[in-house]
Amino acid sequence: MSMFGFRISPSSTIDLDKVDRNRFKKLCALEPDASKCMACGSCSATCSASEFSGMSVRKVLLCLQQGREKEAYAMMSSCMLCGKCLMVCPRGINTRHLILSISRIYGKEESI
Amino acid sequence: MNNVTHLSGYNNFVLPFMIGMIFVLSCCAIGAVRVILELPASDKKKFFLSLINPKIMAQNVRDWFCDCLFHVKLWKRNKLLGYMHSSIAFGWFMIILLGHIEVFLYTPDRIHKLWYPIFFRYFVAVNDNTMQGSFFFFLMDFFLLIILSGILLALVKRVRSRAFGMRRTTRLSFTDRIGLYSLWLIFPLRLLAEGFTADISGGSFLTMSLNHVLHSFLGSEMNMLPTWWAYSLTLGTFMCILPFSRYMHIPAEILLIPMRNAGILITHSRKGVSRLYVHTCPGCGVCIDACPMGAVKANNKDATVYLNRQLKRGNQRRINEISEKCLLCGKCSAVCQVGVEGDKLRIAQRTQIKYNLSPDYSKIDVNSLINTNNIFVNTANKNVSYTENKKVLYFAGCMTSLTPSIRKSMVSILNKSGVDWRFMDEEGGICCGRPMWMAGRLEQAKQMAEKNTEIIKTSGADMLLLSCPICYRIFKERYSLEGVEVLHHTEYIDRLVSEGRLNLSRSDTRYVYHDPCELGRGCNIYEQPRHVVSAVGELVEAAKNGKESVCCGGSLGSLTLGFDKRKPLTENALANLTAGSPDAIVTACPLCQSTFGRYSDRPVKDIAQIVDENS
Repeated sequence: MSMFGFRISPSSTIDLDKVDRNRFKKLCALEPDASKCMACGSCSATCSASEFSGMSVRKVLLCLQQGREKEAYAMMSSCMLCGKCLMVCPRGINTRHLILSISRIYGKEESI
Repeated sequence: MNNVTHLSGYNNFVLPFMIGMIFVLSCCAIGAVRVILELPASDKKKFFLSLINPKIMAQNVRDWFCDCLFHVKLWKRNKLLGYMHSSIAFGWFMIILLGHIEVFLYTPDRIHKLWYPIFFRYFVAVNDNTMQGSFFFFLMDFFLLIILSGILLALVKRVRSRAFGMRRTTRLSFTDRIGLYSLWLIFPLRLLAEGFTADISGGSFLTMSLNHVLHSFLGSEMNMLPTWWAYSLTLGTFMCILPFSRYMHIPAEILLIPMRNAGILITHSRKGVSRLYVHTCPGCGVCIDACPMGAVKANNKDATVYLNRQLKRGNQRRINEISEKCLLCGKCSAVCQVGVEGDKLRIAQRTQIKYNLSPDYSKIDVNSLINTNNIFVNTANKNVSYTENKKVLYFAGCMTSLTPSIRKSMVSILNKSGVDWRFMDEEGGICCGRPMWMAGRLEQAKQMAEKNTEIIKTSGADMLLLSCPICYRIFKERYSLEGVEVLHHTEYIDRLVSEGRLNLSRSDTRYVYHDPCELGRGCNIYEQPRHVVSAVGELVEAAKNGKESVCCGGSLGSLTLGFDKRKPLTENALANLTAGSPDAIVTACPLCQSTFGRYSDRPVKDIAQIVDENS
C-alpha cells in the first residue's frame, strides 16, 4: 500500500514483532484471569464508563495484547471501578483487580 | 513480732519489678506522645478539646470502667468469657488499689516507695494497728481468689475454647506466649509468697489457711524469700514483654477510649490513631469466628487480628495481601471487643498502593447527564396528590441497573404512592464512588462525588432516594448535600407505609431478611426493612442477623477474591439464612440479591419487589 508514497487512511496494521509484550506477559503472570477472557462483550455492554470514554475490559485487554497501550489508557481514564463487569462476566474474571493491576504495571514510561 | 520487722522497707527482690515497671511506663509514655504527635493538627485540637469537655470526659470514665475493667461487651457475648476477663482485669485493679489504700492507712510514711504496695505483705508485720485492716486483708484475699478463678478459666479455655463460645482462637506469637505464661504465674506465686509470710504479716481466709498448710510440712522460713523473688521476677518478665506482646492492649485501650469519644478517625495507614488501633488489638480472636471468609479454612489467617499482628511486624507483603482480600463487610469491627475498625484500617492500607495510571473524570460533562428526566422544573406533576410533597430524585445506581426487577418495582411503588419523582440515572450515570473508595483510591472517589453532587444540586430535589446500600453509605458519609435528605428505599417504603400512602396486603409467605453489610453495619439500618417485611409476610430471623449478619460473599470490598473463591462464602451465608426454613430470602441490596440468586435453592427478592407484589 505504501508503495505509492501516500495513503487515504492511516494504516491499522499492527506489527506484532515490534510490540513489546513483556508487560502483557507480566500482567498475565499476575492475573491469570487475563487469558480467560473469551471476548463475549458482556462487560462492554454494561460498563458505566463506556459512554464517557468507550471503556470496555474486553477492548482494553485486546489493545494491551496488541501493544496499543495509548488507546487502552484512554479507555481506562474514566473507569469508575463500579464492578458491573465483575457481576456479568460469564468467565468469572476478577475484572476490578485486573484493571487495578493494569494500572500498576502499565503507564510507567508515560508518566515520566 | 509486734513490730515492723523489715525496717528498711527494701529488699533486692523488688528490683525485677521496678525495672519492669519503669520500662513499661516509659514505653507507654513514649507511645502515647508519639500517637498524639502523629495526629493531624485538627485532630490534635479536637482531642485536647474533648478532654476538657465534661460530657465527653464522663463518657470516657464510663468507658474506662465498662470496657477496660468490667469488659461489658464480653459479658454480652459469653458469660464465661466475660467473667474470665473481668475477673483478672478488675481483680488486679482492685488489688493494686487496695494495696495502696493499705499502705496509705497503716504505713503512710512509705507511700513514696513505688514497690511498697505491691510487696506490702513482705515488709509489714502484724500488730494491733495493721490488724484493724483485717477487712482489707479479707478483701485482698477475696480479689486474689477471684483472679485465680479467672486464671483457672483461662487454662480451661486453652483446651476447650468452645465452652467460651469461640470456635477458633488466635495462634499466639512467641512474645504473646511468654506474656501469657508469666501472667498466669503472677497470681499463684503471689498467693504462695503471701502464704509463706501470712503468719508474720497477717492474712485472711486464703493466705492464712495456706500458711497453716505450708507450715505443716514446710516449716522453714527459708522459703519466704525465694517465693517473693519468683513473684517479682514474673511480674518483671510480664512487664518487660508487655510492649512487644498483645498485652500492650491494656495501656493502649486507655488512650484509645478518649480518642474514639473525641471522634478521631483513621487518616493515615500507619500513623496516629491507626497505630493505636493496632496496639489496642488484644488478639482475642473474636474476629476470626466472625469473618465471613472463615467459611474457607485457609482464610483464617486473614482475620483482623492477624492484620494487626502483621502491621506491628511491618510485613508489607502480608499486610497488602490481607487488606486486599477483605470483603470490607465490617463484621470484625462490629464484634470487636475494643472497637478496632478492621475495615477502615484495611482501606487505609489500600491507599498506600501505588498506581501508575489514574482515571481522570474531569472530562465528564455533567450537563450531558442532566436532562428533563431528572430536573424538577416548575413541578406540576398532575399525578401528585400531596401538597407537602418532597421532590424525590431516584438514583438507582450501577448495581440496580443490572437487576432491572428492583428498578421496575421501585418505579411502580413510587407511582402508586403518588410521589413526585425523577430518575437521576435512567440512561446511565456516574458511579457513586464507594467502590473506588473501598479500593483505597480516595481522590478519584472524591472526583466522582463532586460530579454527582453537581447533578443533584442542579436537579433541585429535596430528597435523594437510593436502591443500593453501597451508594447509600457513601452518599450519607462523604457527600455534602445540605438540604437534600438521603434515604435508602427500605427507609422510604417504611415511611410511605406508615404515612398511609402505600397500602400493603399481607400474605402467609415466610421471609427471611438478609441485612446487607453496607446498610446494616454500614448505616445502622436494621428496623425499617423488618417493619416492611413484617407488613407483607411472616418475618423469620436468620441464625445470625442484624449486626452479625453474614456477608453474601459478593462484596466489592474484596479486590483479590476470585469468582470461584467466593462460592463457599455465599453458600455459608445461605446456610445461615435458611436455618429457619423460610419460603423466600429478602434483601435490600442488588449485589446481595444477584450473588445469592446464583446459588440459592429458593427465590431471592429485593424488598422493593415483595412490596410491589403485595401492594
